[in-house]
Amino acid sequence: MDLILEVDSLAYSYGNGPVFENVSFSMGNGEVMCVLGPNGAGKSTLIKCIAGIFKPAAGSVRIMGEDTRYLASGTIAKKVGYVPQQNETVFPFNVLDFVVMGRTPHLSLFASPGEEDMKIARRSLEKVGVEDLSDRTLNSLSGGQRQMVLIARALAQEPALLLLDEPTSHLDFGNQVLVLETVQKLAASGMSIVMNTHAPDHAFLIGTSAVALTGGRLIASGTVTSVVNSQMMSSVYGVNVAVRDIADIDRKVCFPCGSGKN
Amino acid sequence: MPDLKRYGTICIYLLPLVLLFSSLFVGRYQISSSFIIDDIVRTASFLLFATDAPISTEHTVLFSIRLPRILAALMAGSALSISGAAFQGIFRNPLVSPDILGVGAGAGFGACIAILLYDSYLAIQLLSFIFGLVAVFAAVIMGKVSKGTGTLVFVLAGIIVASIFNAFISLVKYVADPYNDLPAIVFWFMGSLSSIRYNDLHWVILPMLVGSLVLLLLRWRINILSLGDEEARSLGVNAGRMRLIIIICATLVTSAAVSISGVIGWVGLVVPHISRMIVGPNYNRLLPMSMVIGASFMLLVDNLARTVAATEIPLGIITSLLGAPLFAYLLKRGRMGWI
Repeated sequence: MDLILEVDSLAYSYGNGPVFENVSFSMGNGEVMCVLGPNGAGKSTLIKCIAGIFKPAAGSVRIMGEDTRYLASGTIAKKVGYVPQQNETVFPFNVLDFVVMGRTPHLSLFASPGEEDMKIARRSLEKVGVEDLSDRTLNSLSGGQRQMVLIARALAQEPALLLLDEPTSHLDFGNQVLVLETVQKLAASGMSIVMNTHAPDHAFLIGTSAVALTGGRLIASGTVTSVVNSQMMSSVYGVNVAVRDIADIDRKVCFPCGSGKN
Repeated sequence: MPDLKRYGTICIYLLPLVLLFSSLFVGRYQISSSFIIDDIVRTASFLLFATDAPISTEHTVLFSIRLPRILAALMAGSALSISGAAFQGIFRNPLVSPDILGVGAGAGFGACIAILLYDSYLAIQLLSFIFGLVAVFAAVIMGKVSKGTGTLVFVLAGIIVASIFNAFISLVKYVADPYNDLPAIVFWFMGSLSSIRYNDLHWVILPMLVGSLVLLLLRWRINILSLGDEEARSLGVNAGRMRLIIIICATLVTSAAVSISGVIGWVGLVVPHISRMIVGPNYNRLLPMSMVIGASFMLLVDNLARTVAATEIPLGIITSLLGAPLFAYLLKRGRMGWI
């Protein structure tokens, strides 16, 4: 299997000590990798390093075999689409105008998006099933709709690898499922995806592989079942975590069951 | 309905031309309309077909006094508005404008030293540009160093910078010769286009054209910068470098405007907001619209300045009297979804 992403001994520090060190993993084309870990473990920082937003202190990130240290940010943005966790736009852009901003890495310095770019933006909205929002303004959208529009903007970049930073963190059950199913659909169409999530259960739902980040180190990586098990998750989150097979929905679930202190 | 909107937009784009023509008819020196039309036709035929040059006092008033002043008003208005809109985008802040960021005060300080020491247009232009840049970078650095984030930091930093430069300006006024330099500086600060001749325009046309052209060419990138640095970088835009280029261009056009018209407040803040209501926040449409509305607004204000009273009213007074209540009204209407 071709490797889409290779992370090798990656380290990042904010100045007062490292956020994480010596993080290495790789993923094959078409995989959906879930990055798990407690708050502050550096999941967002890791994803931003992969996206080329942050410069790692050490180590390397290879996208389709190419070392991102030697790529211009515009070139990285053609290969990697990044979906931020929260997006605060100051100005209430029209949704289509906002999605077409994903075309920027494909435009020359002085250019504005043309008819072809608009078509790609509309197609991206269709891919996540929110083409009816295209004439709305950003500030009129609900949290779930906003997340879909952000994913559409990343798709407009026509990336080979999609990075999602906790796409479900502010959403209710219904919208969580909508976002996860969209991610699943994209994966089915051949997109490689790295997704940060607070919920280990999401790895059972859509993941093909998982990594666990805690205390500045990568403590597990591999298939979902090898990472998301009771022992590993308990040590990652510092509370008792159970993993059970639920027969009537035919899947494993992962849930916390107390800190063990009382 | 979309058609109606398109015609409306086209009409707004034609507004500066219509105003340019009609403003020739405005002024304290009485000239009959038929003479003006006749003189315009003759002058056009002189320029195009080299017929006899029209010579009369009225012709001089029209083409050597009114026209350069009209052009200066259009240029200054469009310059202040395009830079205001650009600053609002790259600082992700609808409350900033050249005067609020301290660029106005910095450029004004540079210009008043130049008036005092050199009294040449080149010096005014150069020093106002340099001190305009100093001011905006001082505000940016102060905003970055301070722990606070969000939209208010830059506004506060701008107020601090402006007040420092205003202190310097007061110092210059204090030491200036009270019979010649002081009145010149004071009147210049209130903003006036009354003494504009073609010569004055020569000095500013190039920096204004270059700055505005670069801003117009980069207008799509201003959209991306308004998303914030991290998202801009994830879309392949080098946010730091792009912001620097845009700051330099916006400061260049602002200081060019300041060096011909003096410090004129409110235009750079209010015009981008009005334009956003008409065409929305997308800089592809917003930036050209701001130029057109700014140019028209400033020309109307200048027409008022030279007609409502027996003596000239300084422009800065009228823009403040119009701009401040207008901004308050916009706030109250809550039509600005972006505040």
